[in-house]
This record gives sequence, structure tokens and C-alpha cells, in this order.
Amino acid sequence: MNNPPDISQDPAEHEEYAHGIQKHVKGYLMVGAALIVCTALTVGLSYVNFGSQKANIIVALLLAVFKVSLVGAVFMHLAAEKKLIYRVLIFTGFFVFALFWLTYLAWYNPIVR
Amino acid sequence: MEIPYTISTRPDTGLWNAKIGIWLFLASEVMLFGGLFSAYIFLRLDARPGEWPHGLLNVPVGTMNTAILILSSVTVVLAWAALKMRRYRAYWWYMLATILCGVIFLFVKLYYEWPQKFEHYGIFIKPAALEKYEQYFGNNRRTEKGLEPRIEISGHLHNPEARTDANIKEYEIGLDPVYVDPNSPANDRPHFLYVPPTDHLATIEKEDVERIDSFGPWHSAYFASYFTITGLHGAHVLGGVLVFIYMWLPVSKRLYQRNPEHLANRVEVCGLFWHFVDLVWIFVFPLFYLL
Amino acid sequence: MDASTSFETHHDPHAHSGEHEHHQLGWWRTYIFSTDHKMIGIQYGLCGLIFLFFGFSLMMIMRWQLAYPGQALPVIGKWLPYFFGANTMPDGKMTPEFYNSLGAMHGTIMIFLGVVPVAFAAFGNFVVPLQIGAPDMTFPKVNAASFWAFAVGGVIMLTSFFVPGGAAKGGWTSYTPLSDISDKGPGFHPFLNGQTLWLVGFIFLITSSLLGAVNFITTIIQLRAKGLTWMRLPFFVWSQFVTAFLLLLAFPPLEAAIVMQLMDRTAATSFFLPAGMIVNGAPLHISGGGSPLLWQHLFWFLGHPEVYVLILPAFGIVAEILANNSRKPLWGYKSLVFSVLVIGFLSFVVWAHHMWLTGMGSTVSAFFQTTTLLISIPSVIILSAFFISLWGGSIRFTVPMLWATAFLPMFGIGGLTGIPLAFNSADLYLHDTYYIIAHFHYIVAPGTIFGLFAGVYYWYPKATGRMMNEFWGKVHFWPSLICMNVIFLPMFLQGMLGMHRRWYDGGQGWTLSGEHIWGLTGFQWNTPISWAAWIMGLAQIPFIFNFFWSIKHGKKVNDNPWEATTLEWTAPSPPPHGNFVITPVAYRGPYEYSLPGREKDFTMQNEPVEPSERSRRAAEPVLVH
Repeated sequence: MNNPPDISQDPAEHEEYAHGIQKHVKGYLMVGAALIVCTALTVGLSYVNFGSQKANIIVALLLAVFKVSLVGAVFMHLAAEKKLIYRVLIFTGFFVFALFWLTYLAWYNPIVR
Repeated sequence: MEIPYTISTRPDTGLWNAKIGIWLFLASEVMLFGGLFSAYIFLRLDARPGEWPHGLLNVPVGTMNTAILILSSVTVVLAWAALKMRRYRAYWWYMLATILCGVIFLFVKLYYEWPQKFEHYGIFIKPAALEKYEQYFGNNRRTEKGLEPRIEISGHLHNPEARTDANIKEYEIGLDPVYVDPNSPANDRPHFLYVPPTDHLATIEKEDVERIDSFGPWHSAYFASYFTITGLHGAHVLGGVLVFIYMWLPVSKRLYQRNPEHLANRVEVCGLFWHFVDLVWIFVFPLFYLL
Repeated sequence: MDASTSFETHHDPHAHSGEHEHHQLGWWRTYIFSTDHKMIGIQYGLCGLIFLFFGFSLMMIMRWQLAYPGQALPVIGKWLPYFFGANTMPDGKMTPEFYNSLGAMHGTIMIFLGVVPVAFAAFGNFVVPLQIGAPDMTFPKVNAASFWAFAVGGVIMLTSFFVPGGAAKGGWTSYTPLSDISDKGPGFHPFLNGQTLWLVGFIFLITSSLLGAVNFITTIIQLRAKGLTWMRLPFFVWSQFVTAFLLLLAFPPLEAAIVMQLMDRTAATSFFLPAGMIVNGAPLHISGGGSPLLWQHLFWFLGHPEVYVLILPAFGIVAEILANNSRKPLWGYKSLVFSVLVIGFLSFVVWAHHMWLTGMGSTVSAFFQTTTLLISIPSVIILSAFFISLWGGSIRFTVPMLWATAFLPMFGIGGLTGIPLAFNSADLYLHDTYYIIAHFHYIVAPGTIFGLFAGVYYWYPKATGRMMNEFWGKVHFWPSLICMNVIFLPMFLQGMLGMHRRWYDGGQGWTLSGEHIWGLTGFQWNTPISWAAWIMGLAQIPFIFNFFWSIKHGKKVNDNPWEATTLEWTAPSPPPHGNFVITPVAYRGPYEYSLPGREKDFTMQNEPVEPSERSRRAAEPVLVH
């Protein structure tokens, strides 16, 4: 889904532009509905046993990641954003990962427990 | 003096200033909540068997609050789209809806979910005395099935004065349903609907008790992270609501008449913040309510 | 000037309607509640320098206790109890609690209220927009908010000295569980106690840094002058850019940790408290289940990038001054830029080398040792490039240059002595000794702070239109250089003797200190160190005097007194609101000194490239960056 282009001063073009936005609005509503459905799904699936607690956590988090990427991609316009913002986010992602992974590693590998 | 690129975009980046600013701010927010969630993971991994509670939160209410936040995310993006289409009236209504969603969310949290927890007590039994209360725990069956043992009996405390009065030798607690029928397979996993404590009274001798606490932040690492993360998240919701109220007041109308694109940009920036708050909640909800 | 009129002007709706006429702002709006990046930079700088001196004074008091343990502090010892409270120094003798407070607050104040505000916020605010040819920061109001958050944080930190029980005592790292349970109980207020105020003050300081970092990055990305491409940026701007990213991404996890510790202290949670803790013989009523190590991880996740927050701006300042005073392009500009980026990147994955003794397994240790050694490579590249930049230059030993050249060996000592600490086997012995103190002080005291002094002397004419006095500058420099080394060099020896860094009595009772090094025992070395510290305190007086005297009486100079090349020197001195008379355009790199075939030995960034230059440039690729 692309971002709406910048608004034009020309009334004829503006009409077309407003129409373009209108299409986006439909998309926003659909994503909203999808998010609500996913929420219901998350709750429902949490009462299904996927074999182990680990599997249950993975299923729930995968759904959460899916929902979050919907919000990010559509509501926050990340599906078509400028390079610079991707770069900032990739950096941030790397450091969050470092924070999670290394904290986990430090927990996982002590001399004595 | 005029600072360039406040509304128009800089050609080589294709962005206006505040958009970069808000994304950088959100990057720092990611790290903030990242720190809290990594603490959550660390503490949960560190918890001994039975120490990390499950199913103590009200799932239907949490689900409703999730839906409310998602709804508010939709309305705020619609508000922005309305501004882009130069429909101020529609913008005004969508903004009002967003503010109301935020207020309802906070209201549910502060006046329903949190206070309920402070009236609910959990009694941790000393390891040596666990066997004595087997009728409430059902640990023999749980060990057989490879489930984590239960070490805490929770419910409505009928003699709260026992906490301070040394002359009272036992606690009387109206049990939560799980402890009434601990061996039922239905109780192996948390229930969807919240069931209040029953009238089934259990008497627990003080000398068997390791610790008694209400379900406040002091109860366990679980509730500590629950209150801290939802509290900080709530503070973000509150901040967002205040900013949205400012943008909904007549001040915004004047800015709209002067420069509608400026207002649209402001709404976009605040909307990005609001979506982020929504996004955090999408993780909070399963991690605390469901898993 | 009437403040009320200026407020009316401000509220006038026409003021914002795009006419952009120059308003004469009132005194309050010009000097106190300013949104101008230069004024905010100067505010940050003054506050930061005052905090630096205050933090240093705390240490000067501590040095008495270390050199003459248990003896009454002469002269001021009588007066300090009136200031800090009766329980701090009864009869001029320092109590252990007060010693701990001083130690914790020395570290906190020097780092978070002194060096970061001066190095990052003051120089960044004042210099960066000028160097990139911008009229101001992108978000001037956010900038002001950043300063005021800093000011509130500073006031809270200072207030904590005066609450019952005194300031925080848990060290600047506030390690849990000690800091979770200290300053609690009888005699302490539940909220207004040292440690809790420390945490609250910190939240404000972090907020300030975050707002500043967002502003800096956006400014550097969006407001660069036309033609000022990334590889034409002065190195100082690069170093500030990376620093801002470090603050932006490393501070929030600490903020998370601080919120958690605040919850531990006020809402009885147990994030950092394990079960079964016994304090003063009684078990604590806590849920347990927390982890003291978690605090250390989150703290050092900031703590290590913070080290680079302290040093990178100094690198930037020194680079500008070296190029300017050696009249030569900075050697290896590109490798400097990439080194600084690599440092920024790696600094996030080395933090656990502060925690070798916490029981990490060999896998984790190996990982962190590797990254720690890797990060020394770009640091060495930067230092080498600086040294090579001096080679063959026609060096002018101005006052800023003196500080900048002194920075190089001082930082070298600090950096190289860190290498043994990167190996956990060597660190087992050196951990928590005076060796550590000497190592990191060589980096931040004669390193960063010398860089900061260099910057103050260098950009002073831009801020005021006048030079600082050269003679008094040298009177400031030489004693400071000598005293710094007398203070910190013996600490390496003390550390290798095994002297622990937190001893309240200066190691008086430590038997191994009977061993002599250069004629003195470890404990006896405290005396010359302390005297050097006090003399260095005196040596700052010429600077303070010079700084204020020169505002009115310094030698008047033109807009470019150092004959420098970067864009800030094209603006008037002091620059007016909005900075530049003509919006600058950059045509060349930042360090075009001694271009052949030119009358003068410097070519400013806004001087267009001449046709004759083009052909020569093609023939001499060395000069093209």
C-alpha cells in the first residue's frame, strides 16, 4: 500500500487526490477489522494446547508479530516509507536484538546457577 | 529566521523534520520497552517452578481493552486521512472518538482492573507444608502429568486483620475456583471468563505460610512487571490523550485555516506515537493476560 | 528592558503569521528562557562547567580523608557540617556514610551533570548548527525543554544532599541489591531520601538527553547547508552525530532499569531482589524472584556506550583543533569517519566486560572479550590518524592546541591501560582496584576534559567576539597537565599493589601496602596524589578568572581569528539570532589547509572551487576527500 501523494492546489487534481485517499480509508478499515479478528484468534488459540508451553508462547508471539507488522506497515505507513527511516529502524532493531539476545545468553551461560 | 523543512520535505531525504524526529523518538521508545520486556524475559526464565503465575488477569476485559486501542488506532488514521482530504468536520469527530477510546481504556485500567487486584490475596505455603494442603493444590496429579506444582493459595481474605494481629493464628480465605477442585483437568489451564473467589472457605495456619500478599506489584516478579509495564504504557496513553485533546480544541481549527497541511503533519506525527502505544499493547496483552 | 512588553509581542498572533520581522526579545527570553541554540549551548556549558567544578570539589574533600584518614579537615572542615548537615563531618571528621555519598555523587555529577552536558549538549548545541550552516536546531522549543529537564534533574540531584540521611550512597552505578535497600528505614523519608531522589533526578536527565539526541540527529540530517554532503561534514559533526545515536538508543534501557528500581523502592516490587534476603539480621518482607544481575546488565547497556558518549565529542573537538593548528588537512578523514561509526556500533555489544566477576560462563565471556578487543581497533585508528595529522604540519602552539596535543598521549595511556582489563583473567586481579580508577580517569579527566578545555578556548571567540587571554591560558594548562599525571599515574601502582577503590581509610590497614614502590607504600602515595588534586583545584582559578574577564576585556578579534576553514567561522562573532548573514553554501571539504597555489594557507568551505584548481585537483588526488 502506497502513501497518498502530497496534496495539490489544483481543484480538479484535488478531487482525484481525495478519491485516492478514500481508497486508503477502505484499507485502514480492513486492517482494523483484521486486527480485531487476530485479537480474537490470539485469545482463542491461547486455550488450545500446542504440545508445550514453549509452543504456546511461540504461537501467541507469532500472531502478535503479525498484528504489529500490520499496524506498522499500514497505519504507520512503513510499507512505503523513505530509506532514512528504514535505516534508523534497522539500527534500532539490531540493538534491541542485542539487548534481548545477550541478556538471554548471560542468563543461559553462568558459571554456577 | 525560518527553520526550513518544517512542512515541506527536504529533497535528498524526502522527509520533513518532525517525521524524522518522531521516528527517532519512537526508536528510543522501542529501546525503553525493549529494556522492560528483556527484564520480563530474564525474570521469567529465572523463576522457579510454580513461581510464575498464570491466569490471574481478567481476559475478557483485557480483550476488550485491546479492541478499544485498535479501534482508536483506526480512528486516528481516519482523522489524518480526513485532514488530507480537507474535511475538518470529519476530522473533529474522528479525533473525539480517539480521545474517548483512550479515556475508556484508562478508565477500565485504573478503576476496574487495577483496584480489583489489590483486594485479591495470595498465600505462599512453605515448601515443607505443601503436602498438608494437598487437597487444595492437587500437586500429586500435577507432578504425574508433568505440570508445574502449585505453591500458592489465592482468593478473598476473610480476616485481613490476621495479617497484623499476632494473636490470630490462621488465615481464612474464600478460595478461587481452581483450589476448590484442583484435580479437575479443566483447571489445568486458565479460564477465559473471570470467576470470582468462591464461598468455599479454607483455613491456613500461619506457621505454614511463607508469605501473604495481595496481587499488587509486591506479590511477585510477574505482578511487578505487569504493574510497571502497564503503568508506563498507561502513562503513554495519558500523554497521547492530552496531546490529542489539544489538537481537537479550537486551537486546531485556527491552525487548519492558516495551514491545513501543518495540522495534518502534526496529526500524523502524534498518530505515529499513538500507533506505537497500540503496538506495545499488542505485545503486553498476550504476554501478561494469556501466556 | 521591559519583560512584559516582550511577552505581549510574543502573544501577538501576527508574530507567527509569516512576516518574520526581528523582534527584540526581552532579557528573560534572551538569556534565560531562550530557544536559540547558541544561548542554550552557553547555558548548558556554564551549568556543566559549574557542575564539573562542584563534582571535583567533592573529590577534593574525599582526598583529605584518603590522605589523612580520621583527621579533622582543616579550615573548611568546620563549615562543611553547616552546609551538608551535622552528621556528615562532625568536628571536621568525615563519616563513612558521607564518604560514600561523596563518592557516588562525584561520579554521577561528573559524568551526567558535567561532561555530558558540556561535551554533548553545550558544544553540540553551539557548534553543530553553525558548522552545518543551519539557522538553528530543527526543534528549538524541544531544545529549550531539554535544557530545562537537565536543570530540574540537576537541582534534584543537588537537593538530595540536604535531605535526612544525605545523598545516594550506592556508588554512581547504584548496584542492586545494595541501592534497593539503602536510605530506607528509620531516619529516612520514604520518598525524599538520597537514593530515591537520585533515581528521580536521573529520569529528568535521561529525558533531557533523549530530547537533545532527537534534535541533534534531525538537525544534522535535515539542516545541512546546500553542498554540505556527508563526506564534507567536519569530523566534529560526525562525532556528535554518532554520540546522539548512542544516547538515543542506550539511555532508554537504563531508564527502564531506573523505573524498575524506583518501583522496588517505592512500590515494594522485587525486580532486583532475590528471595531470602536478610538485612540487619531480619528477613526482608519481599516477594523475591528478582535478579541483581539484571540491573547490572541494563545499567551497563547504557554504561558502556556512555563511555563513548564522553569521549567521542572530545575526539571531534581535538580533530578540529589539530587540523586548524597544524595547518594541514586531517589525515585519513574517511577512516576517521568509519572508525567513529564502527565504535558507535560496537559500543553496544561490549557492556558485559564491566561484569567479569559476576559469574558469567566462558561462552559469554569469550564473546565480550572479543568485541572489547575489536573496539580498540577503531580507537587506535583514530588516535593514529591524529598523530599522523601532526606530521609535517607547521604547528601553531595556541592555547587550544596545547590542550589538544596533551589530549593525545593522555588518551593513549587511558586506552592502552584498558587492554589488560579486557581480558577477564587479568581483570580478576585488577577489578575494583585503583588501577581501574586510573584507567578510566585517564580517559575522561586528562582525556575528555582536556578536550573540553581545548574546545572552550577554541570557540570562545565565536561566542563572544573576543579571545581568552593566552598567558592565563598557559598558566591554566601546565599545572593542570602536571597535576593530572601526579594524581593518576601513581594510582596504577596502587592498583597493582591491590588497593581497593572503595576503602574509606585510604588503605591504611592494608598489609600489602607495606610494599614500597618508588620509596612510598601504597597508602603513602595518597598524600602526593591528594596534594596534586588540591593544587589542580587552584590551577582552575586562572581559567575561571580568564573566562569571565575576557567576556568584557578580552582582545577583540575578527570573525575567523584562527584562520579556520569550517562554516561556523563565516558567521559573525557572536552570531546573531538566525546565525548567518548570507546562507552559506559548501563547495569543498572541511579541512582545506595549505592548498598549493593559494595566497592564504586556508580555504574556507564556502569558497567556490576555481577552474584552475580543478585540473590540479585531478592531478593530486591526495587532497580530494
